[in-house]
Amino acid sequence: MNTFELTFFVWLGSLVAGFLGSLTGLGGGVIIVPLLTLAFHVDIRYAIGASLVSVIATSSGAAAAYVKEGYSNIRVGMFLEVATTFGAITGAMIAVRLPLPAIAIIFGIVLLYSAYMSYYPSKEIHAVEKTGPVAAWLRMDGTYPTPEGLKAYRVQGVPAGFSLMYLAGILSGLLGIGSGAVKVIAMDRAMRLPFKVSTTTSNFMIGVTAAASAGVYLNRGYIDPGLSMPVMLGVLAGSLAGTFVLAKARTPLLRTLFSVVVAALAVEMIVSAFTGRFSH
Amino acid sequence: MTVVNGRARDQGIEEIIGTLLRTGVILAALVVLAGGIFYLARNGSSPAHYGLFRGEPSDLLHVAAIVRDAVRLDSLGIIQLGLLLLIATPVARVAFTVFAFAYERDWTYVVVTLIVLALLLYSLGAWHVF
Repeated sequence: MNTFELTFFVWLGSLVAGFLGSLTGLGGGVIIVPLLTLAFHVDIRYAIGASLVSVIATSSGAAAAYVKEGYSNIRVGMFLEVATTFGAITGAMIAVRLPLPAIAIIFGIVLLYSAYMSYYPSKEIHAVEKTGPVAAWLRMDGTYPTPEGLKAYRVQGVPAGFSLMYLAGILSGLLGIGSGAVKVIAMDRAMRLPFKVSTTTSNFMIGVTAAASAGVYLNRGYIDPGLSMPVMLGVLAGSLAGTFVLAKARTPLLRTLFSVVVAALAVEMIVSAFTGRFSH
Repeated sequence: MTVVNGRARDQGIEEIIGTLLRTGVILAALVVLAGGIFYLARNGSSPAHYGLFRGEPSDLLHVAAIVRDAVRLDSLGIIQLGLLLLIATPVARVAFTVFAFAYERDWTYVVVTLIVLALLLYSLGAWHVF
């Protein structure tokens, strides 16, 4: 394949990945790296760099729409970004020292987890009555729009949420993904934010987290312009198209299908790591 | 009632942040697209090589050098400049939020946001610029 053909096919693949990622809420990032490494035989370091770039693009694009609607909690997001950016830098620094097959195996495990999360989406937990001490000190309680007007909610479990966010940051820096799944858990389960608030705040944070990782990758020479160009443009276009379709239809079947694809990619990543595909 | 007031003012901040993010992403995508067309027009028929990791040449790693390449209209330099604009978009958002919290005299969050900004600048290797 010459550069033009490869660029076109990478763009097309990224377009589909972005579209499905947006429809299923998993984000395009989780399948970009397997797509590039397994189907196009791209070095995993270049793949992670390109994936990070696409994650920033989709997160910022989506966040632009969400923040205006008033769902995301800027205080919660900004405070937790201390943990995610610090984690992202840690992750990116680990990534440059870790053997490539090890990165591929960790990636496979995270993919399996994402597939599971997508197949069994977590249910909304009952809102808490009392604000946690740290949340009270940081004035994190907020409101969000509902059909019946603004609804107030209380926040708790900030230390647990903060710790989980550090982990989410490490995974993002290590694997070039948004770690939306871990972020949403931190905010749903630990901090008890309403669903709509946690997903949009997570999206809002992903861009900042990924930017921290991308800085390290850029300086290390892992971001290749020729490869990142079709990936970024493809994922961005695909996820935009996805949001338009999403507004019209819920898609349980697609979600199941996507979970299966992600799980298959996970197994393929792990097997490839053990058979020496990533070691060069 | 201070909490309610705070939320109301946050709403204004949110609108500006939304516009900032949208503009950043669109601008970055256009620059990357322009560089990409330029790149493919010149190198489209040469063989592809992403299977082998070589690391990028040093002129595509640092902010100042990327800008220099882009100004010379080097196609990869232009794409890299677009990617840099994209990475800068969330950074600009954080920087703006520092001012927004300062305007609200919310000093706790000014400090929180400054920490995030410092971490971002550190990761981008801001020390290479100065």
